[in-house]
Amino acid sequence: MQDTTRKLRGIANDATLSPAQKRHYLALEAENMLPYPTLDAETQEALDRRIICDMHEGHAPYKPRYVLPDYSIVLEQGSEYLELPVPKTLDEAISTLMIAYHHVPSVTGIPVYIGQLDDLLLPFCDGVSDEDLYEKIRLFWRYLDRTLPDAFMHANIGPTDNRVARTILRVDAELKQTAPNLTFLYDPQASSDEILAIASNNIAECCKPHIANHPVHAAAFDERGYGIVSCYNVLPIAGGASTLTRINLKEVALRSGGEDDFFAKQLPRYLELNFRLTQARVDYLFDESGFFHSFLVAEHWIEPERFTAMFGVFAMAEAVNALQEKEGRAGRYGFDDEANTLGHRISSVLAEAVSKRPLNNVWRSRALLHSQAGLSDDVETTPGVRIPYGTEPDPVTHVEALSPHHQFYPSGISEILTVDESVRNNPEAIQQLCKGAFARGFREFTVNVASNDLVRVTGYMVRLSDIRKYNEQQGSRTNTTVLGAEAADVTGILERKPRVVANELAPGHGQ
Amino acid sequence: MNSPRATVSKVLTYSIVDGPGNRLVIFLQGCNFNCACCHNPHTIGECNHCGDCVPACHADALSLVDGRIAYDPVACDHCDDCLEVCPISANPMVREYSVAEILELAREHRSFLTGVTVSGGEPTLQLEFVIELFRAIKSDDELAGLSCFIDSNGHLSTSGWETVLPVTDGVMLDIKSFDNPTHQALTGEQNSKSLESARTLHAAGKLYELRFLLVPGKTDNDAELDSLIGFVKELGGGTRVKLNAFQHHGVRGEALGWEKMSEAGVERAAERLRAAGIGNIVTPAVYL
Repeated sequence: MQDTTRKLRGIANDATLSPAQKRHYLALEAENMLPYPTLDAETQEALDRRIICDMHEGHAPYKPRYVLPDYSIVLEQGSEYLELPVPKTLDEAISTLMIAYHHVPSVTGIPVYIGQLDDLLLPFCDGVSDEDLYEKIRLFWRYLDRTLPDAFMHANIGPTDNRVARTILRVDAELKQTAPNLTFLYDPQASSDEILAIASNNIAECCKPHIANHPVHAAAFDERGYGIVSCYNVLPIAGGASTLTRINLKEVALRSGGEDDFFAKQLPRYLELNFRLTQARVDYLFDESGFFHSFLVAEHWIEPERFTAMFGVFAMAEAVNALQEKEGRAGRYGFDDEANTLGHRISSVLAEAVSKRPLNNVWRSRALLHSQAGLSDDVETTPGVRIPYGTEPDPVTHVEALSPHHQFYPSGISEILTVDESVRNNPEAIQQLCKGAFARGFREFTVNVASNDLVRVTGYMVRLSDIRKYNEQQGSRTNTTVLGAEAADVTGILERKPRVVANELAPGHGQ
Repeated sequence: MNSPRATVSKVLTYSIVDGPGNRLVIFLQGCNFNCACCHNPHTIGECNHCGDCVPACHADALSLVDGRIAYDPVACDHCDDCLEVCPISANPMVREYSVAEILELAREHRSFLTGVTVSGGEPTLQLEFVIELFRAIKSDDELAGLSCFIDSNGHLSTSGWETVLPVTDGVMLDIKSFDNPTHQALTGEQNSKSLESARTLHAAGKLYELRFLLVPGKTDNDAELDSLIGFVKELGGGTRVKLNAFQHHGVRGEALGWEKMSEAGVERAAERLRAAGIGNIVTPAVYL
């Protein structure tokens, strides 16, 4: 108890945290005083050893990890619960969304999805001049960054070339804010080369947006569509993900006698344990927490049956290298064809296992495989199936080594391609690399231009200047800076040549 | 007729600094200038098989076989120690490529490529190969969309350019100095051919970029900059002018004693050009 008191006191008195940030960490500590959803002994042991992991989501899942409301409902029908009439003008529509966002829960407490903004706002733009549209979007963008300061908050635009998408890209490049995160959905049939060029210019300017391979994603979901949320998770609209669990492939490989043992015994074993962990967490949310009694369900913003479970894996690079060593082979992941092929085989085995294992209370009764980008306290493991930081080959070789993985990860797989600053004089190169990556089957394209102030830490952005300020005890307005600062201290990312690091979420205060 | 083969120093399938977009770049070995400030001097000379590099190779990738250098690309770990010891600025790791082999590389990476650039060394020294390569690209269904660029010092006659321009989309041309004695001191050659090349290329609509290397105390003075301004104006408006900054990266010998060009110095030069009405100026994104 003394430990607990000390921990709570540490949060309450941490001068670098805002009151809201303190409340978030205090609530997490309180939740974790409750007993965990019941697990069998074998699953519990694997969890305790962190061979499988629950992302430290908390002991009592009372809200889904990611919620993707269908915001068109509130724009078309208003909300009885929130006493909102149907919006008629662009101002009313933006105001309605601004209110809606504050009622959308997530693992961080800040919404991770703020909608397919061009589809949502275009119907309100008739008769609005370009200058008015620009001014309204600029204020909207500033509001988002200042009141929902978390770079996991994610807006989607595209695939068509339209006024709202163009205005958002213009404003985003001008303001260079960490929030919101932004993805442009690209479809060669629907997107113009011109808007892809604008997006490429933006990347050179501020490392945003991500570009998503729309035809590939669309095929993995249904007609209600999908959204890209948080740091690169692809999930059903009007649903989301109840939980994200993950397997540390490095730990599984280290416990294997060799490649045969890995595929025949160890991997199937830990896959099954992670399925059990997933089911226990999902069942708590559905059967005990009462979450789905929310007005969000009653007014059809979300539907309980559209919530999936994300089945994550990480440390593929270390797993492959460990197995290579056990088999007496020198080739390293990312550079050697044999090692890369072993990695592709692991991904294919994972995908097959996930497609065969039924789960209750899960969309389509199956989890969705996910290449997971890491936690800020992960050490000596590489996010997802990525190539270890600082050793990545040039972007073309990089894409070629990893593209065969992409078909297996419908709920998201992100690689960060580091490109040097010369690209500012030649953004056309970004466009070409994107087309090349998509031609090879990449689901998503993310570029980090070395030495921008805005820098990508896994899938979200932080400002280097904010990290420096935070470390000087001044505190930071944005929640993700805390994660970035933790990552920078633990992993020394800022000294590394490419500014790429392995964090998605800080599990708790001071961890 | 035998298909020409090229002596190649290096091939890159990813380059964002050798023309628009991402490009396949073929660095051809050999140069007709001998610039002290060259940032890849190992592309200047042609190997004379003296064997000085063999003991310098710790990976045993180099040997003398029947009096000629033999290079084993599998054993090589690209430490580049052999380049350091070469007394004539050559490269024992060069290999010969046929047009077909380059086309194969271009096909393999097609979706990532905006185009192909031949650089060097001085690529126009292997003009027959360049023409054959570009012609083959233009007549290949899958590759025809790739733009074909040359990165040149311009030391080629107008009649030489006339043979290659029909299959060339753009040229990046370096002017080292407008002052002939300075040019001679920097490169070992006169500048008249380079200046004439710029005029020829511009008239043909193929001058993609005119490059000027700023070396402190040598080519960054007002007289040089004013000559550059006058020359660009004489060519006609709109020419893209790239100001390069002399840096030490890759440089060898006496030029390492020269001062590096600072960002502030480049900005001063760019400002002078802008003030004179030259609008399309590109400055380095990175200073090493």
